[in-house]
Amino acid sequence: MNIEEYKDVWVFIEQRDGQIIDVGLELLGAGRDLADKLEVNLCGVLLGHDVKDSASDLFSYGADKVYVIDDPILEKYRTETYMKAVGDLVRKYKPEIFLYGATSNGKDLASAVATEVMTGLTADTTLLDVNLEKRLFEASRPAFGGNIMATILCKKHRPQMATVRPKVMKKPEPEEGREGEIIEEKITLKEEDLRTKVLEIVRDAKKAVNLEEADVIVAAGKGIKDEKGFNMVKELAEVLNATVGASRDVVEAGLCGHDHQVGQTGLTVTPKIYFAIGISGAVQHVVGMQNSDMIIAINNDPEAAIFNAAHYGIVADAFQIVPMLTEEFRKALKGEEAGGVTANV
Amino acid sequence: MNILVCIKQVPDTKIIKVNPKTNTLDRSSAPAILNPYDAHAVEEAVRLREIHGGKVIVLSMGPPQARNAIRKCVEIGADEGYLISDRRFAGADTLATSYALFKAIEKLQHEQGIDLVLCGKHAIDGDTGQVGPGIARRMEIPPLTNVIKVEEVDLEGGKLKVRRKIENGYELIQSSLPCLLTVEKEINEVAYSPLPNMLRAARYEPTVWTVDDLDDVDIKQLGLKGSPTIVGKMWPPEKSSGAEMIEGEAKEQVEKLLAITLEKRELFGVKGGEK
Ligand SMILES: Cc1cc2nc3c(=O)[nH]c(=O)nc-3n(C[C@H](O)[C@H](O)[C@H](O)COP(=O)(O)OP(=O)(O)OC[C@H]3O[C@@H](n4cnc5c(N)ncnc54)[C@H](O)[C@@H]3O)c2cc1C
Ligand SMILES: Cc1cc2nc3c(=O)[nH]c(=O)nc-3n(C[C@H](O)[C@H](O)[C@H](O)COP(=O)(O)OP(=O)(O)OC[C@H]3O[C@@H](n4cnc5c(N)ncnc54)[C@H](O)[C@@H]3O)c2cc1C
Repeated sequence: MNIEEYKDVWVFIEQRDGQIIDVGLELLGAGRDLADKLEVNLCGVLLGHDVKDSASDLFSYGADKVYVIDDPILEKYRTETYMKAVGDLVRKYKPEIFLYGATSNGKDLASAVATEVMTGLTADTTLLDVNLEKRLFEASRPAFGGNIMATILCKKHRPQMATVRPKVMKKPEPEEGREGEIIEEKITLKEEDLRTKVLEIVRDAKKAVNLEEADVIVAAGKGIKDEKGFNMVKELAEVLNATVGASRDVVEAGLCGHDHQVGQTGLTVTPKIYFAIGISGAVQHVVGMQNSDMIIAINNDPEAAIFNAAHYGIVADAFQIVPMLTEEFRKALKGEEAGGVTANV
Repeated sequence: MNILVCIKQVPDTKIIKVNPKTNTLDRSSAPAILNPYDAHAVEEAVRLREIHGGKVIVLSMGPPQARNAIRKCVEIGADEGYLISDRRFAGADTLATSYALFKAIEKLQHEQGIDLVLCGKHAIDGDTGQVGPGIARRMEIPPLTNVIKVEEVDLEGGKLKVRRKIENGYELIQSSLPCLLTVEKEINEVAYSPLPNMLRAARYEPTVWTVDDLDDVDIKQLGLKGSPTIVGKMWPPEKSSGAEMIEGEAKEQVEKLLAITLEKRELFGVKGGEK
């Protein structure tokens, strides 16, 4: 492998039901910085069916080029088709760095592509940089339950690939009028030759919890005691149009499903605001939410460890303060809501 | 139906300590356990065997102590266990790990036939989730990741249907057999082991293979040498300086908190009904 042949920073642009999702745009922001440092182009990779028209939107988010494969066979994500398409692009155009969102499908794809083209892949990164002297990509990730950060390097193989957690990088402001080049490619697979088929996609926008993409999370800990306390937290979430999170103890008490659990054995979340109500702040919980932009902790124990992780702390009885907060927020936000919204419980 | 389950022994990450001088992990500080997701994978394999017959074979790569993790799988109900253990495997990243496991699977495939491969969603130490899809690519079989339910196995038709967890929902996907699944915890509850399993497990000795027991191995693709990624440096994450405490009576606290959070009021609004 002649690594000098490999240039440009690529970003996989994930779409869902034809709509580009935010993580790809966030990575264009992060990728722009890397590309500028390396003085190379930033390129998006967009696959799907009837997605061609969205390609030009990516220029305003910083892309210089967009590789597009638009084919009915790519309408729904499948590892076998996407891996082949992306693998072919990599072999043909030779990127130096390739970023993917660490979503279910983004991780699945990146892992398959890494083996397909035999290169290194760093998982779930939260910090990206380049060492210009050595011209090396430095991708860092939390490891061992968040107890340590590790920088992973890929010295002798190209592309240098990483999956990046959603919401960690900032989505850039679109710059109107920015232009670029669209490069269309074809996929050579035929439906008859494929071994997998997506029969149905069930997205329950109302019922399903989507903690990983929530902007605001109101999370309940064992301090809320029982169903009554949990409902009190849910009500605050509803008023804030937020998603309900929970500690493991609350899930184990049967107050909500495992999909709500934040932490080492639950989900890693990075909302703009995280309310931790009656949560003690065990390390297994904190690793799942410590990268939130703003953490607000409410606990009646001034010594609770959660106050070390939080940006703002309130020592108070949740049963007194939460209903007051709900009431005041309701008043303050009245008239601003488009009405009829329920929290994602 | 013969089902192969890849299982890993991991340090219990809730207890592991970081050596503050060297910023490396003190692995001896944490007991070794069976990766929790892999326990669910074995449980699912046992469940499928009870319906469709066949065998559950577990495979691990690791040091000799990893035999204990294999015994744990026998307790859950696995029939056979194999450990590949050799210094030449050491220091493997996910690409080299999937290569070594693939070589062992190839041998087992050849000797007894494998219809389905199961892995955990991720291992709680390395935590990449990359090994399963890597093995599938090497075997040239479809990977179905994040499986929360096996809906149907049609052995005669050579296919199965599973639910894959995706963001805010799931998808129902069909695949030909053999294929590889990585499983989520929701897929099942790991049942208490019946006494006969426990007794069998206590005495069970897995088959141990070294590199030399595998066929046509390219040594350059193993261990540290076969790993494109290396860990450059490790450091403890920044400790937050602690919260700014919002003092006062409850009413004051509420007012102050509202003032802070309402600066971001757009977050609480509704944008186009999405979310
Ligand atoms: C392998 C492993 C994995 C784990 N994974 C996870 C995980 O993914 N997620 C997770 O959350 N946990 C996880 N845990 C569990 C974790 O260690 C803690 O036990 C758990 O997070 C504690 O939950 P909690 O904070 O809700 O409850 P507690 O620790 O019981 O804390 C309750 C808090 O509420 C406060 N409180 C009580 N009454 C009031 C009141 N009236 N008003 C205000 N505050 C009040 C108390 O001061 C206390 O701080 C894991 C543990 C292990 C061993
Ligand atoms: C701090 C740190 C960071 C790392 N980061 C990366 C990284 O970003 N990229 C990278 O390529 N490597 C990385 N590694 C190396 C990686 O941990 C090892 O390659 C490890 O052997 C396998 O990866 P995993 O633990 O992530 O497994 P995962 O891919 O998370 O495991 C998924 C499943 O694969 C199966 N499996 C995994 N390992 C074995 C095994 N030894 N035997 C049997 N079955 C197994 C199990 O079914 C398991 O549930 C890192 C290591 C360290 C110490």
